[in-house]
Amino acid sequence: MYPLNTRLINIVQESPSTRTFFFDRYFDANAGQFLMVWVHGVDEIPMTLSYNSGITVQKVGDATSRLFKMEKGDTIGLRGPFGNGFTLPKKSDKILLVAGGLGAAPLAPLAEYSFKNGVDVTTILGARSSTELIFGKRFSSAGDLYITTDDGTSGTCGFVTDILTNLNLSDYDRIYTCGPEVMLGCIFNMLQDEKYVLEKTEFNLHRYFKCGIGVCGACCIDPKGLRVCKDGPVFKGTELIDSEFGEYKRDASGKKVNI
Amino acid sequence: MVAKKALYPHPKNPVILASGIMGTTGASLTRMAYNGAGAVITKSIGPVPKKGHPNPTMIELENGFLNAMGLPNPSYTEFVQEIENAKNNTSVPIIASVFAGDKEGFVKVAEELSSANPDGFELNVSCPHAEGYGATIGCDSCLVEEITASVCDIIDVPVWVKLTPNVTNIVDIGKAAERGGADAVVAINTVKGMSIDINTGYPILGNRYGGLSGRAIRPIAVKCVYDLYASLDIPVVGVGGVSCWQDAVEMVMAGASAVQVGSAVSQSLDVFKSISSGIEDYLYTNGYSTIDEIVGFSHKMG
Repeated sequence: MYPLNTRLINIVQESPSTRTFFFDRYFDANAGQFLMVWVHGVDEIPMTLSYNSGITVQKVGDATSRLFKMEKGDTIGLRGPFGNGFTLPKKSDKILLVAGGLGAAPLAPLAEYSFKNGVDVTTILGARSSTELIFGKRFSSAGDLYITTDDGTSGTCGFVTDILTNLNLSDYDRIYTCGPEVMLGCIFNMLQDEKYVLEKTEFNLHRYFKCGIGVCGACCIDPKGLRVCKDGPVFKGTELIDSEFGEYKRDASGKKVNI
Repeated sequence: MVAKKALYPHPKNPVILASGIMGTTGASLTRMAYNGAGAVITKSIGPVPKKGHPNPTMIELENGFLNAMGLPNPSYTEFVQEIENAKNNTSVPIIASVFAGDKEGFVKVAEELSSANPDGFELNVSCPHAEGYGATIGCDSCLVEEITASVCDIIDVPVWVKLTPNVTNIVDIGKAAERGGADAVVAINTVKGMSIDINTGYPILGNRYGGLSGRAIRPIAVKCVYDLYASLDIPVVGVGGVSCWQDAVEMVMAGASAVQVGSAVSQSLDVFKSISSGIEDYLYTNGYSTIDEIVGFSHKMG
């Protein structure tokens, strides 16, 4: 598909480092699916949908810096939605969401979908500090919310894993996680001795993408060669056993870089 | 009709993964082998790490794909372990694709990758969108002959040369590869192309232009393979828009001893299995025992 020319209709500052860009196009997508966002003349980057008509972005590189200079009325090119997205919970399921930092972006729409469909939702939302917490209200409107911050400025002082340790995970039918890979790796390590928990836990991964459509192989993870852009970006914990996940990734050239 | 020597290493299954598709890691190559590829070709590897062009690097058009990856690769130093990984995990031939800016570079990369014991090499003198590499070389028959000869001199396994269609006469370049000692030529790499976003005027690819692959280019590839087969003594490997067994049989009748599949991987990873079993059924139904009996068949017909 050609990139769809799309106009920004609203820009919301979510935290000092993140903004949500709403656009005049609705994507019928599952939570966890992503768009390839073309910032004309700069780059095209994968961004998960935080709303059916919005993406939430942290300023980290050339493309995101240019996005942060954009205003209402400016246009970007969008391809997608791509990837698999999360497995949707069934009515009357009890689910746990674990979000770290910008990892809240694909989980907030999942929380809203789940709440609307009669699913019991609990969320652990973590960030470096209180000002960096995003979508707290979207999660609390959907169910119970535990907050953690690295510096203790809000909720429990510590990491999402500190809360996770104290929950009885057998209570949940499904567990969904998204956040920095170091955090996801810690969660994976906590759960890996209990295969039945890994089986019901989904991890939303991030890798360097080129084509975004499962052809070029740039985002393949070892040892099965799973394509994060097409087979993922959401993987069951059991698919990630003995993989590169949490250990290393590859940069744009294909060189291995430690997480 | 000239009798061609067997393509070595003769894959039991003539459907090969083309370079640039799912060839970034040992694991991705192995996965394609598990999915039925008869041989797999790596992403093109060069003398130094390259990040490639900025995105968009690949977009799907009506009848194919336009790409300008820009030869991203981690260089031979990193890639040796990826080939070793693939060699350890699959028994199908692993062909290392090599690019460089000059003869010395090609020799260096091929020599260094040899430590991983690839089953063959494919020289990329045909990438249409990387300044100073690929087709810049592949348009010059003297350079193609010289580079092919230099690599063949130091390499024991088969050396294939992948040709660009973006030349006046592809046969001249194919003959140069043959004179240089190539064991086979591979035709074709992508066809130069460009696409523009009419809303903004921006060329869509980060590199502005790139190469077209997929269904749209198949007739171009068939003609190139047909012409090369008629003029060369070495085997021709056909590539360009093959997405089903009928396409593969067409390519073989034009003169291809084997076919490569690239863009069609986007439909399904099972494409290799469906093409190779389709070819087998075709051979059986029509009373042939091996594919060799129909290689270049169309040259006998009118």
